[in-house]
Amino acid sequence: MKRTFDLLALMLFGFIFATVIAGYVERDSLSALAQYYLEAVPRDLGAQNVVTGILITYRGFDTLGEVAVLFMVAASVGILLASGAGERPDEVGRDAAAGPSELVISGAEVILPMIFLFGAYVILNGHLSAGGGFQGGAVVASGVMLLLIARPSTLVNHGFLSVTESLAGVVYVTLGILGIVFAGGFLDSHIMPRGELGAFISAGAIPVISALLGIKVGAELSVVIDRFRS
Amino acid sequence: MGLPVSHILLATGFLLVLIGLWGLLTHRNILRIIIGFSLIDTGLHIVMVASGYVTGGTAPIADKALPIGEATLRAVDPVPSALVVTAIVIGFSVTAVMLAFAIRLYDAKKTLSIDAFTESKW
Repeated sequence: MKRTFDLLALMLFGFIFATVIAGYVERDSLSALAQYYLEAVPRDLGAQNVVTGILITYRGFDTLGEVAVLFMVAASVGILLASGAGERPDEVGRDAAAGPSELVISGAEVILPMIFLFGAYVILNGHLSAGGGFQGGAVVASGVMLLLIARPSTLVNHGFLSVTESLAGVVYVTLGILGIVFAGGFLDSHIMPRGELGAFISAGAIPVISALLGIKVGAELSVVIDRFRS
Repeated sequence: MGLPVSHILLATGFLLVLIGLWGLLTHRNILRIIIGFSLIDTGLHIVMVASGYVTGGTAPIADKALPIGEATLRAVDPVPSALVVTAIVIGFSVTAVMLAFAIRLYDAKKTLSIDAFTESKW
């Protein structure tokens, strides 16, 4: 009986989606806003990647709020999972069969440095090509996850991570306030020279903010992953 | 040419949403419900990206392959892509909090089946 209702609800949703797809006409021109962004980001900000330009400068305040959401999640997951202190099972007592296999350990030794290097590359390449702080931070955190799977005894230093993360946040907000003082507004990237389009050091403050974002996101995600381990 | 790209993307995204919804409705295990939620999330991201596709468009990155002057003619809409980055982060956050609650619920009842959690049922 319940299955029938589930199926009915699903079919109704499917019908709505099907009408949406059938009625959708693929766009053949851009909206005025998109055209403005596509012209202004390379010319005015000096960033090749338009999406990064939008995220870090035009919607910079929104991105700051997003990082605050991530911070809140790291904190709330910590509160939720740490309240039952003392009931943490003794990891040493587990038998060897539950540990990671030889493949995982050796694989992690080979690809872990490459994952971290790739994460740093993605973070610092955000203004030039596909990439940016969030994506690179997620890559770094996935490396941390592999490390924790391959070596379950690794202790993550929460104090160091939270200090790094807070420092990155403080510098991020300071850059934003410098934008009010020296340029057009909060988080305006014109406080640093625009440079040449396509050069590694270019696009004003965007690479700096991107790096700070990457550090913050990487640290926060690592903390979240480590909280789930215990 | 066959089907337009954005229609394929829309169909894929909505199909993922439907699969996730089916998982939400039929499974009793909290972890499976969370997986269903993640599928809905991913499907909606694909739908959002699909809505920014412009026929024949390429990635909005102004490099050698896409000179600045041509960007407005050949690039896809960058605004939905920027929004999806935000949506992915929020989706991750919600999933993380849900998983933390699932662990707490398991500690309380030693089971993950939602049939065991009857206190807040109306």
